[in-house]
Amino acid sequence: METLSAEVPLPAEGLLGWSWLLIALPLAGAAVLLLGGRRTDRWGHLLGTATVAGAFLLAVLCTVQLADVEGRSVDVDLFTFISTGELDVRAGLLYDPLSAVFVLLITGVGSLIHVYSIGYMAHDPARRRFFAYLNLFVAAMLLLVLGNSFVALYVGWEGVGLASYLLIAFWYTRPAAATAAKKAFIMNRVGDVGLALAIFVMFAQLGTTSYAGVFGSVGTLAGGTLTAIGLLLLLGACGKSGQFPLQAWLPDAMEGPTPVSALIHAATMVTAGVYLIARSAPIYDETPTARTVVLAVGAVTLLIGAIAGCAFDDIKKVLAYSTVSQIGYMFLAVGLGPAGYVAGLAHLLTHGFFKAGLFLGAGSVMHAMDDSVDMRRFGGLWKKLPVTFATFGLGYLALIGFPFLSGFYTKDAIIEAALDRDDVWGWVLGGVAVLGAGLTAFYMTRLMLMTFFGRARWEPGVHPHESPSVMTVPMVVLSLGSIGAGFLLVKAFPLSDWLEPVFGEHEAEHVVAPLTVGLVVTAVMLVGVLAAWLFVGRREVPDTAPVRVSPVTRAARNALYADTINESLVMRPGQWLTRALVWVDNRGVDGAVNGLAAGLGGSSSRLGRTQTGFVRTYALSMLGGAVLVAGALLAVTSG
Amino acid sequence: MSDFPFLVAMIAVPAVGAAAVAALPRGRELLAKQLALGVSLVVLVLAALAAVAFDTGGDRFQLTTSVAWIPDFGVDFALGVDGIALVMLLLVGLLVPLVIGASWEDGAPGAGTVPEAGTEARSMRFFFAWLLLLEAFMVGVFAATDIFLFYVFFEAMLVPMYFLIGSFGGPRRQYAAVKFFLYSLVGGLIMLAAVIGLYVVSTSELGEGTFAFDALRQLDIDPGVQKLLFLGFFVAFAIKAPLVPLHTWLPDSAAEAPIGGAVLLVGILDKVGTFGFLRYCLPLFPDASRFFAPMVLVLAVVGVLYAALLAMGQSDMKRLVAYTSISHFGFIALGIFAFTTEAATGAVLYMVNHGIATGLLFLVVGMLIARGGSRQIGDYGGVAAQAPKLAAVFLIAGLASLALPGTNSFVSEFLVLIGSFPERPVYAIVATAGIVLAALYILLMYQRTMHGPARGVVAPPAGDGPASGPAGTVDEPGGGGATAVLTAPARAAVRFTDLSRREIAVVAPLVVLILVLGVHPQPLLDIIEPAVTATLSDLGATR
Repeated sequence: METLSAEVPLPAEGLLGWSWLLIALPLAGAAVLLLGGRRTDRWGHLLGTATVAGAFLLAVLCTVQLADVEGRSVDVDLFTFISTGELDVRAGLLYDPLSAVFVLLITGVGSLIHVYSIGYMAHDPARRRFFAYLNLFVAAMLLLVLGNSFVALYVGWEGVGLASYLLIAFWYTRPAAATAAKKAFIMNRVGDVGLALAIFVMFAQLGTTSYAGVFGSVGTLAGGTLTAIGLLLLLGACGKSGQFPLQAWLPDAMEGPTPVSALIHAATMVTAGVYLIARSAPIYDETPTARTVVLAVGAVTLLIGAIAGCAFDDIKKVLAYSTVSQIGYMFLAVGLGPAGYVAGLAHLLTHGFFKAGLFLGAGSVMHAMDDSVDMRRFGGLWKKLPVTFATFGLGYLALIGFPFLSGFYTKDAIIEAALDRDDVWGWVLGGVAVLGAGLTAFYMTRLMLMTFFGRARWEPGVHPHESPSVMTVPMVVLSLGSIGAGFLLVKAFPLSDWLEPVFGEHEAEHVVAPLTVGLVVTAVMLVGVLAAWLFVGRREVPDTAPVRVSPVTRAARNALYADTINESLVMRPGQWLTRALVWVDNRGVDGAVNGLAAGLGGSSSRLGRTQTGFVRTYALSMLGGAVLVAGALLAVTSG
Repeated sequence: MSDFPFLVAMIAVPAVGAAAVAALPRGRELLAKQLALGVSLVVLVLAALAAVAFDTGGDRFQLTTSVAWIPDFGVDFALGVDGIALVMLLLVGLLVPLVIGASWEDGAPGAGTVPEAGTEARSMRFFFAWLLLLEAFMVGVFAATDIFLFYVFFEAMLVPMYFLIGSFGGPRRQYAAVKFFLYSLVGGLIMLAAVIGLYVVSTSELGEGTFAFDALRQLDIDPGVQKLLFLGFFVAFAIKAPLVPLHTWLPDSAAEAPIGGAVLLVGILDKVGTFGFLRYCLPLFPDASRFFAPMVLVLAVVGVLYAALLAMGQSDMKRLVAYTSISHFGFIALGIFAFTTEAATGAVLYMVNHGIATGLLFLVVGMLIARGGSRQIGDYGGVAAQAPKLAAVFLIAGLASLALPGTNSFVSEFLVLIGSFPERPVYAIVATAGIVLAALYILLMYQRTMHGPARGVVAPPAGDGPASGPAGTVDEPGGGGATAVLTAPARAAVRFTDLSRREIAVVAPLVVLILVLGVHPQPLLDIIEPAVTATLSDLGATR
């Protein structure tokens, strides 16, 4: 191991030394609710909410204390996890500005969504189980962002994958939910292979997996090795964050209850990929090649998500593709390197507020519409659901980048950072991002118009009603974030100052003046709104989707055929291979060993009776197999 | 305390217990079960005490006992354990009482369980007697430090297992038992030739023949002879482990064996193969081990993927679990033949963890089959709604099997892969792809049986009310032995009950261990590592 970085975090003191309670609290909540059984049905949801709210309070206090620590970074060493040979993995936490931001987001938005769920899940007989899984998720997510090594991150990483699986499949008697959960887990595991291999490379090259150890000796690694690590980490990030080419699971994950979509599949878990890349900044800083791939992934996903979002009639699917697209923005930002880390993370935070708010609003609409998600059977809801409409509307404006709301500041910052590259790529990426802003305005305006305006196209017997205050209060709080978070994080209390100990200082030299960028983006956004009004707002929305549509619309409705591609390239060949191998194993391997024995026995007539249980046949067959293997071993290795 | 002959006692107690259980008069089934459980618990306590007496910083072999057995041939009844053998003995001590608990109501009339199609009630006295005898032999095979003695236990294990499968197994038990017996016997015969060869070499080198492990590992054997002797041992162990392509006996045996037998077969008996690689192949034949390592590694990683794909293609749950085990044995072999401390320590931990995780998976699959009367995945669906505890345990066992972090198996699989990567990157990368397949075969089975609407044997009887009836009600499918072979319509009348208290008591220790060892594996690693280091230094490995 080479010399460690000079900025080794200080050992934690005071309250920060107890920061492991952040993880332990919700974990204990989950354990009590799962083991307590029906006895905890009456108060289980309250306990589940209290543990996360308690964690939020603790996180606030820890962050306040952290602000006074020199270097704003502390290490909380806990115990030896795995130690054998040269491998020494200690369980420990790293509390620094980056993890502090995520902890606040997870516990803050997490608390609000727990409160909301009390109302949303009130009539579900398995509400206790729901809160247990939610608590489990919060614990795993906090481990993911607080762990001080790549192994700790990996444990949290797969932990949130499990929580996501359990929650998508929460209504597991529905085959679609069960299938979506499995799909999410499998596609995530494909990404996890990348993350695991990255960890193996780090150990093989540096003998350590801790952040301090790896980042401290990045300079000793060859360029190719760094690029390999960067690309492998990116594969993991793509799986978790639903980025191209592993994006197809995220829209299906909407089969889970809507609070899950808000917390896990919008605000927190799916942004873990962005966290991973930002956390690994010392690696990506040294490998422009890997960063370029991150940029490409972000730009491509941004467009895929935005295009697909224009075509769906399912309100949650539109929001899900919007999430895919917005995380594409974040990937694009962190792919820019030092110029973009802060911009990407600021957008991650504001997106956490307004997208969680939008999902909670969608849940409120579904609550009112007998759990329907078909926007073609909504319409005219603004009068019936005033609070939902107001909070959802604010989230909508924030997302499309309406001037001076949250998304305006953070999205523009990403576009500015892209243009600051001052090369062809900068213009291409900036152009893609601006185009994406127009598409975002289109699909979100379409959603607003179809849901809240126009003629009421409700199914017979549906009587919309506003949700109870236990649901609307969290929506109101999040809408405040939709309004002000962007201004606060970019202008009032710049996130870049807080994160300075992590990413250093970056003086932006703007190629295009921010005012110009703001005007252009706003203009493009207005074009998108106008287009939506022309196509959707001024006409009658049919109750069912038109069948005769252009190939472009058809492609968008199929999410650019991602599932079709996955099925024909991976799933069907895999099934075919599996069936072939089963046949080979039953007839071929077993039969060859038995058949060889029959041949050795000198009687070909026994071939047909190899399965009849003749002791001699079997004895000979085994001998034959053994001779075969021994001969092969000798022949191959001595040849 | 370390003077107490723990190992002798751990062989003698179950052996005597087996004789006592078998000698009980007809009809004393309950007493037989109680006696067997008591004996197995004594062995568990002895194993725990032996672990306490074991000094991780002490001699390589501890708790040793040695008496001359066949002096003319230098055969001793010599016992002793290193860290690797010790953790295997702990696993034996743990699993046998649980298997007895899990088999408590097998064959009992009116137990509320449905016999699998084609099986019939039998006297369970002999079942438990065979189990205890098997336990005695399993202890012996891990504790022997004399190769001849090891060989005797190795072969002797076959007999009780043959009867467990052949007398108490499923419809094709005869076929499976014979196949199991012959595969193992052939392997054993090849090994016997190698054992004799080793004796001959020791005679020529030392002037006096010996079977003592410590004397044999110091021999300087000609590389050519090493290769032949290595192959003799290797083939026997590769059949036992089993490695692809010598694996086809395991799915048949595990599928037809009674659940208790399947747990011990896959959980412990098969580990004798991987244990043998470490104890005998590497230290005794270091040159040959290095020579053959690339080939073994190819078999290992091919096995990881091949068996995982086959597991996905199975419609029979027990066969599926058997194939997952073959895939896992590929990981273990990779860890052993990567020749690094991290990987080999991980492989030994894998042997323990696999016994716990796959043991639990077999047990819970058995509980499912006991309710539904079918091994076919396609006959189930929506079990979770009617038996949530069973579904929860099934999921935990499955997650441990796919090595999710937080479960015990993650630590061992991670160690095997990260330990083999620096030396054998290509093999490690290929094997790592296996983690996706593991997620597939587990979650596919879980989804098909536990999720979705009630289906097949799970569907509530026609005309009955809501799916979840009052707890504790048991539908007798006609009653009596005549309906042992259930027709499809009759099966549909079964209603699913959740885990009973007995079943919870059986699975709870394994669930706790899965979680505890997932977070804090270090105590086991501290026991295992010195033995692994000694083994690798016999081999002359660099890391």
